[in-house]
Amino acid sequence: MAAVTSPLRACRGILKELRIAKGSDYRNTLVYKHVLEQFRRNQFCRARMDALHAARTYLCLLTSTRMHLRLHERYHGRGDRALEEVAGLVGLRLPTQPGGKGWET
Amino acid sequence: MMLRNICRYQRQFGQVIWPFSFPQGQHVSILSTHLQKARYASATTEKRKFYENVSISQGEGGLYEINLDKRKLKTPGGKLFTVPNEALAIAVATEWDVQKDSLKFYTMHLTTLCNTALDNPTQRTEEQMISAALKFLETDTICYRVEEPPGLVELQRNEWDPVLNWIEQRYNVVIGSSTSIMGPQIPEETKETFRQHLNSYNFWSLTGLEYVITQLKSLVLSFGLIDRHLSVEQAVLLSRLEEEYQIQQWGNVEWVHDYDMYELQARTAAGAMFVHLSSESTAVKRKILQD
Repeated sequence: MAAVTSPLRACRGILKELRIAKGSDYRNTLVYKHVLEQFRRNQFCRARMDALHAARTYLCLLTSTRMHLRLHERYHGRGDRALEEVAGLVGLRLPTQPGGKGWET
Repeated sequence: MMLRNICRYQRQFGQVIWPFSFPQGQHVSILSTHLQKARYASATTEKRKFYENVSISQGEGGLYEINLDKRKLKTPGGKLFTVPNEALAIAVATEWDVQKDSLKFYTMHLTTLCNTALDNPTQRTEEQMISAALKFLETDTICYRVEEPPGLVELQRNEWDPVLNWIEQRYNVVIGSSTSIMGPQIPEETKETFRQHLNSYNFWSLTGLEYVITQLKSLVLSFGLIDRHLSVEQAVLLSRLEEEYQIQQWGNVEWVHDYDMYELQARTAAGAMFVHLSSESTAVKRKILQD
C-alpha cells in the first residue's frame, strides 16, 4: 500500500473501504457524511496534522479489519468438513442405497 | 438434534436401520452441513444478523446510543450502550452496519472497547490502570535488546533508538535500554512524570491506552502512537521488529504472519481511535471556535 501522507489520499482510502464494506449504498451512511464533513472542516485548521493522523488511523482500522477477516475466512473459517469429504480423505466412499434409507418414506 | 446426530453416526457405520420415520422430503445432507456450521459458530463468536438498519440517537445527559432497527444496543452486562461523543458513536454504528449475514464480533473492536469501559467486568480503577501501565515500562519491548544476531542488534538500534530518544526528549525523562534479562532500570522520577501525565486521562482513555499497550507490548510505542509521533502501521512494525527480521530471513507465511499483523493493526488502530475520541470533546471545541 502506498504511503498515505496526504489528506486527499486518506479520504479517498476511507471512502473506498466504505464502498467495499457497504456496497453501492455507502453514500447514505452516517459515517460517509461524517468523514466528508470532517475533511471539509479541517482544511485550514491548526489541528490539521491531528485530523490527518485520525484519518490515517481510521483507514488503517478499516483496511486491517477487512484483510484480517479475509485471511480468517480463507484459513480458519471452514469448520467441519462434509461427511463425504472426510470419507474421501482415507479413500473411502459412503455407501449408496438406491432404495432409499430404511427410515425415509 | 440428538436424533439427527445418532442417525449420522449410524450412516457412517452403515449398520442398524433406524426405525423412526423422517418427515417427507427432508434432505439430510444439507441439514447436516447447517448443523455443523451452527455448532462451529458458537454464540460467543458469531450470531445471525437480526437487524436491517443502524442509527444513532442522543439520549439523556448528551450521551449517544446505538439503535439496531427499533432496539437499543446493550452491553453484554445488560447496561444501555452509551458513548460520550458523536464521532465514536458513528464509528461503532458503522461496525454494526457493515456486518453481513452473521455478526463477527471479533472484528468489532471499537464496540468491544466500549463494552469493556461501560461494564468494567474486572472492576479496575484508574489508579490500578496507571500503575499497571507504569509497571509495563520495566518490560517494554523497546527497552529489551538482544545481544545477537548482529543483524537484529543493529535493526533494533536503528529502529528503536529514535523512538526512545523522542520519548525521552518529549517528556524530559530517562529510560534507556538494556540487554540484561532484568531489563532496564527505570528511575522513579521517570515513573512520576508519566504518572502525572496519565492522571489527566479519563477512565475511557485509560481503558483504550491499556488495550494499546497490551497489543503493542510497549508503553513507549503506545505513547508514540497516541501522541501522533507514529502511525499505526509504524507502531505495529516496530512492535513486531523481531518477527519482521525473522520473516526476512526465513520467509513469510501468510496465514500466520499476515494474519497476526492485520489483527494487531486492526486492534491497535481501534485502541488509538478510542483513546483520541474519548479524550476530545467536540462540543467544547466548537464553542472555542465560535468565540
